Amino acid sequence: MKSHLSSTALENRRLPVLLLLPAVVVMAFVVAFPMLYSLFLSFTNYTLLNPVLRFVGLRNYINLFQDQVFLSALGRTILYIMVTVNLELVLGLVIANAMSHVVLGQGLIRTVMMMPMMFAPILVGLQFKWIFNDQVGLVNNILFEIFRRPIIIPWLIHKPLGFITILAAEIWMSTPFMVIIFLAGILSISPDILDAAEVDGASEWQKFIHITIPSLSPFIYIALAVRSLDVARAYDLVSIMTGGGPAHRTELIWTYVYRLSFTSQNFALGSAMSLVTVVIAFIFTFYFFSQLIKARKVRGK
Amino acid sequence: MKKKHIRHIPSKVLTGIVLVLFFIPVLWLILTSMRPNIEINTRPPVWISRNFNFDSYLALLGFGVNPERFAFGENVPFGAYLRNSLVASVASTLLALAIGTLAAFAFSSFKFKWRNGIFLSLMLARAIPGIALSLPLFALFTRFGLADRTFGLVLAYTGLNIPFTAWLMAGFIGEIPETLSDAALIDGCSKWAAFLRVELPMVGPGMAASGIFAFLTAWNEFALAGVITRTIASKTFPVGLFDFTGEFVSDWRGMCAMSVLMLIPAIIFVVLVQKQLLRGLTLGAVKG
Repeated sequence: MKSHLSSTALENRRLPVLLLLPAVVVMAFVVAFPMLYSLFLSFTNYTLLNPVLRFVGLRNYINLFQDQVFLSALGRTILYIMVTVNLELVLGLVIANAMSHVVLGQGLIRTVMMMPMMFAPILVGLQFKWIFNDQVGLVNNILFEIFRRPIIIPWLIHKPLGFITILAAEIWMSTPFMVIIFLAGILSISPDILDAAEVDGASEWQKFIHITIPSLSPFIYIALAVRSLDVARAYDLVSIMTGGGPAHRTELIWTYVYRLSFTSQNFALGSAMSLVTVVIAFIFTFYFFSQLIKARKVRGK
Repeated sequence: MKKKHIRHIPSKVLTGIVLVLFFIPVLWLILTSMRPNIEINTRPPVWISRNFNFDSYLALLGFGVNPERFAFGENVPFGAYLRNSLVASVASTLLALAIGTLAAFAFSSFKFKWRNGIFLSLMLARAIPGIALSLPLFALFTRFGLADRTFGLVLAYTGLNIPFTAWLMAGFIGEIPETLSDAALIDGCSKWAAFLRVELPMVGPGMAASGIFAFLTAWNEFALAGVITRTIASKTFPVGLFDFTGEFVSDWRGMCAMSVLMLIPAIIFVVLVQKQLLRGLTLGAVKG
């Protein structure tokens, strides 16, 4: 009996290490090592034309933070994340709540709603680039039919419109995920609670605010945590819709990485830029996942 | 009862409007893939085509189609893209499932030092933007002879998919009542043997859902593939879509046809495992 116990103790200590080993090895080779290499490059002056490495300290980072294009791309990116994630959250709650009241065809509704989740982001970008095409796009064609004359709105070229069009594409792509998660959450709320509130004379709105949303909080944390992993998907959208242009009008930090690294072939500056995007991704992910873990601990007690 | 139905009319109307708005781009994609480019590029717009046909699909699949009526589609190496996309997605999904499920077992069944720390690091690794990873990965792959090879993509996508697979699978494994594996332990099984005999057979549906999530991530990935694939030796569908845009003209129709073909496996899979997928994503909400 005693030997059995000690072998169990040994297994408890060794097995988790062995189980995690393959994951750690792959992640080290595919993610950690390349990122360290990038960190190293960001302190050098390495470009395609200048393949002789020389250390320049923090000069790339200093240059970046003095670069007007970078600063406005950074501001635009933060605005982009704030607007899209918050709008998706609100739209997700409202749409999921409405859908939960529809009795017939839940399966079909869910399948249609999940369609955008199956689209590659690059495909969404392509679709919206074309729907908003100034010459033959769907939107301008509809305007043509309404006003009976050519209305050529340059959606993707105009200054605020280009950004707004990209926001529309992102919201089309990412809201369904929120809806699906919240719908599952709403359907898991016990109908007794809602019925009791109704007997007490609560209105639909009061039930939504005081019962539905608080019971959904763990679902909201999960949706936001998963969403935070994917904010950089916007790169695919923008790279095909506008490429960050014209004249940097729709530049986000991710398209700027591509521009510096591959268009200008300034590998050192591009690496510094990459690391800025990594830091921003870490801030979001860390925040939402620690909220999620905290929420679970509270619930567990 | 009747009153209840009337009261929810605003909800039903809103649901209807939302579904139409979200479905229009899908419908538009399908319609465009079936009508001639001349019709697409004309003004006043043609709303109902008098010339629906499947030529764009036939051209992509390699059947001879009169080139007068078509743009670049017949020159797009659809077969190569299909092969590369399938190899990269399927192989990386299987690898990520195996490796991720092992890690999930560690997270769900053991208490060890750094448990939350390792978990959070995996998630942070997953959050690194593909475009940030593309330059160093391309440089390293070139050095190791992995650039422009599907094997390189398989490796990269395995890394991309391990964290999320581990998270989902930890939820599914944690859901199994402990009494079941405890019974096996009392019978003298080691924890590992109990995992193989009791837990693993029970998480089959969970593995299907996680696998499809991983497959879709790889199938639709562009930021990395756009940089580390160069030729038809490794280019995948998302990169291949750019073949349809020329400097002055675009073959919208061919592009839409390839997009529809690219969506088919995604739709089939998601419809098949919809319920499991939803359960996996929300498991953590119901149980800590």
